[in-house]
Amino acid sequence: MSKQINLPLSEADVKELHAGDEVLLTGTIYVARDAAHKRLIEALDKDIPLPFDITGQTIYYMGPSPARPGQISGSAGPTTSGRMDAYTPRLLAVGLRGMIGKGKRSPAVKEAIRQYGAVYFAAVGGIGALLSKVITSSEVIAYAELGAEAVRKLEVKDMPVTVINDIYGGDLYETGKAQYCKQD
Amino acid sequence: MRVIPASDITKTVARLYQEANVNLPADVVAALEKARTDEASPSGKAVFDRIMENIRIAAAEKIPLCQDCGTATVFIEIGQDVNISGDSLDTAVNKGIDKACRDGFLRRSIVAHPFSTRTNTGDNTPAVIHTEIVPGGKVKISVLAKGGGSENMARLVMLSPSSGRQGIIDFVVNAVEQAGGNPCPPIILGLGIGGSAEKCLILAKKSLLRQTGKNNTDPETAALEKEILAAVNKLGIGPMGYGGSQTALAVHIETFPCHMASLPVGLSIQCHSARHIEAII
Repeated sequence: MSKQINLPLSEADVKELHAGDEVLLTGTIYVARDAAHKRLIEALDKDIPLPFDITGQTIYYMGPSPARPGQISGSAGPTTSGRMDAYTPRLLAVGLRGMIGKGKRSPAVKEAIRQYGAVYFAAVGGIGALLSKVITSSEVIAYAELGAEAVRKLEVKDMPVTVINDIYGGDLYETGKAQYCKQD
Repeated sequence: MRVIPASDITKTVARLYQEANVNLPADVVAALEKARTDEASPSGKAVFDRIMENIRIAAAEKIPLCQDCGTATVFIEIGQDVNISGDSLDTAVNKGIDKACRDGFLRRSIVAHPFSTRTNTGDNTPAVIHTEIVPGGKVKISVLAKGGGSENMARLVMLSPSSGRQGIIDFVVNAVEQAGGNPCPPIILGLGIGGSAEKCLILAKKSLLRQTGKNNTDPETAALEKEILAAVNKLGIGPMGYGGSQTALAVHIETFPCHMASLPVGLSIQCHSARHIEAII
């Protein structure tokens, strides 16, 4: 049975989440991947305000395919989160609370998740057509020149995700694998 | 001498690349269905259910299976009796990729300079093109829409010949374990063994064009494919790395003679959205 969560995530929401939980997210998420993360960090370095108030918000690591006329979004699945690891602790330090991507995070990110009270969700990779259906609105809000890597504001309804890393140090990639590993 | 207009190459590539991105081939769908049945983990089964639903939506609504429409990787076997007239072969292929992206609303993922400005080329070109001259009067074009997440998990090792068969198994199992959920398992493993450093990687990539799960015709190589598949599926990584019994759908190995001092092994990892397609002109 999936938990229903309305975004933005509250501190209480994060405390309730444990690695392995299936969650349906509804509300606003911000889209940013490699090039946008580089820009966000450059903005922080120069004391320039970020293009959106990141406090308590959730970032989706994603770069959609173009929408056909009449579509809200093109294909919209997660990209590999590990490439954002170099930037993530800085964003968590300034208030980021949720991340959606796929694949494992670095020890530094996992530690920052515990320290700042955040959560890392995975969406299933390679199902971008299905995930495009949970998006009810999509708008480019910054760095439009980056094309597929621009920052977008999305509204999602019942987006299916799985908790990978929680504030208690849980990591589904480790516990899930251990449960089904048949090595000696 | 048979003359084939370059525009025919462009049209064929455009059709194949668009098609590959929305219709998963029957061999891959069959392998996924079998793996769904065999999967031990409930959360793994749930991932398979979503993968199958995605395949249905993509085909019905022509939405790309994955937002990462890939590096266009094009293998072309050109009959030596063929003369291609008009555009150069590379231009013909790249025009086809550009057309597929425009007509099919595919994502452009290629950046022009790899370590400097990384500005998007805007048309998903240039494609990565591998050509081979073969006997005959036909042109065979095979296209892979190869996602970046799985491509990033590729590995090359130049083993000592003394490492032998077990060295190959250990290398692959270790690489898959390190990759974990990153390459979107259940994966297909393409292995090139022998040749040289670059040759084995090209063989590895080319093996991904094979019908999923069809073993090599050489019995010894087929036995190694089966042994590696069993070893990888004991790791417990499972669909998307959430834990489970189905980490890989298949192992495809191609071999080539090599130097007496060498045992090159190239590994190419393919995500579950194994978008391969071919046509013969």
